[in-house]
Amino acid sequence: MTTDRSVVIDSLGVGLATGVYGVSFGTISTASGLSIMQTCALSLLVFTGASQFAFIGIIASGGNPITGALTAVLLGSRNMFYGLSLARLLDLGGRQRLASAHIVIDESTAMAASRPTRRQARLGFYWTGISIFILWNLTTFLGALAGQAIGQPETYGLDAAVGAAFLGLLWSRLTSWHARTVAVFGAAVALGLVPLTAAGLPIILGGGAAVVLGMVWRPRSRA
Amino acid sequence: MSSVWVGIVIMVVGCFALKYAGLSVPERVLDHPSTKRAADLIPVALLGALIAVQVVADGDALRIDARLLGLVVAAVLLALRVPFLPMVFAAALVAALARQL
Repeated sequence: MTTDRSVVIDSLGVGLATGVYGVSFGTISTASGLSIMQTCALSLLVFTGASQFAFIGIIASGGNPITGALTAVLLGSRNMFYGLSLARLLDLGGRQRLASAHIVIDESTAMAASRPTRRQARLGFYWTGISIFILWNLTTFLGALAGQAIGQPETYGLDAAVGAAFLGLLWSRLTSWHARTVAVFGAAVALGLVPLTAAGLPIILGGGAAVVLGMVWRPRSRA
Repeated sequence: MSSVWVGIVIMVVGCFALKYAGLSVPERVLDHPSTKRAADLIPVALLGALIAVQVVADGDALRIDARLLGLVVAAVLLALRVPFLPMVFAAALVAALARQL
């Protein structure tokens, strides 16, 4: 049987493991040309890792920050769907909802889902979300300080680190041939557009084309 | 205000609005099967495109360099179930070493 205690311990474990990624974000962000203030503002106020990485990745490759922000917001759209299942699970009132929305992320959702009781779902959600929030911001700041001290990002392979970080975020979703094909198609279209369009656009257009492909082409098992 | 700050403000407002909307929208609106499919597909499609551009694009040209080697290392380590942070550092290290050669 799952006890409240084990829910809290599991949540803190996930919080610790996830929160330290902030170091890579802070380092890469300042290496991409953002200030320490801007880097910390992203972790404090946006607080959704993949979107933050997307934004700095596009800026590092010479893209327009507005295009970068739109890509980042699109990537954050999954949080909306998380919120939907969480709403049923946590049953929050108006003010609680406003205060809790900020920590609706992949990990807090995962640690709340599939709990047998509402009480344990809430424990999982808040302990995971809040511990990640605190750590993520601390480690972002540390990474940003280190990043500004060390200079040229390519020397340390930090440009390769962004690609690796994205791949790590994508990996767990590549469970079917359908998903793999969609990801590869998005990549191929984006690369085809790189010489033709402004930086940032290949990502939105390639991603958009791949979503359309994924919607139109239904694998036989699901049809 | 620099355009980076404008971008940050767009993200702050946009990302929070999406999180809040999800907690507030009636279930039936987003419970539709094709909306769910799109929700699953968006991160996969965008991350696929992001990785490709991040690793192979250089301005408006395509360039194969140590970044691709780093990505291959990352893929191998992920297949071996190496945790996120060591995986990212290993990819960076291999790319950095390759540049020294």
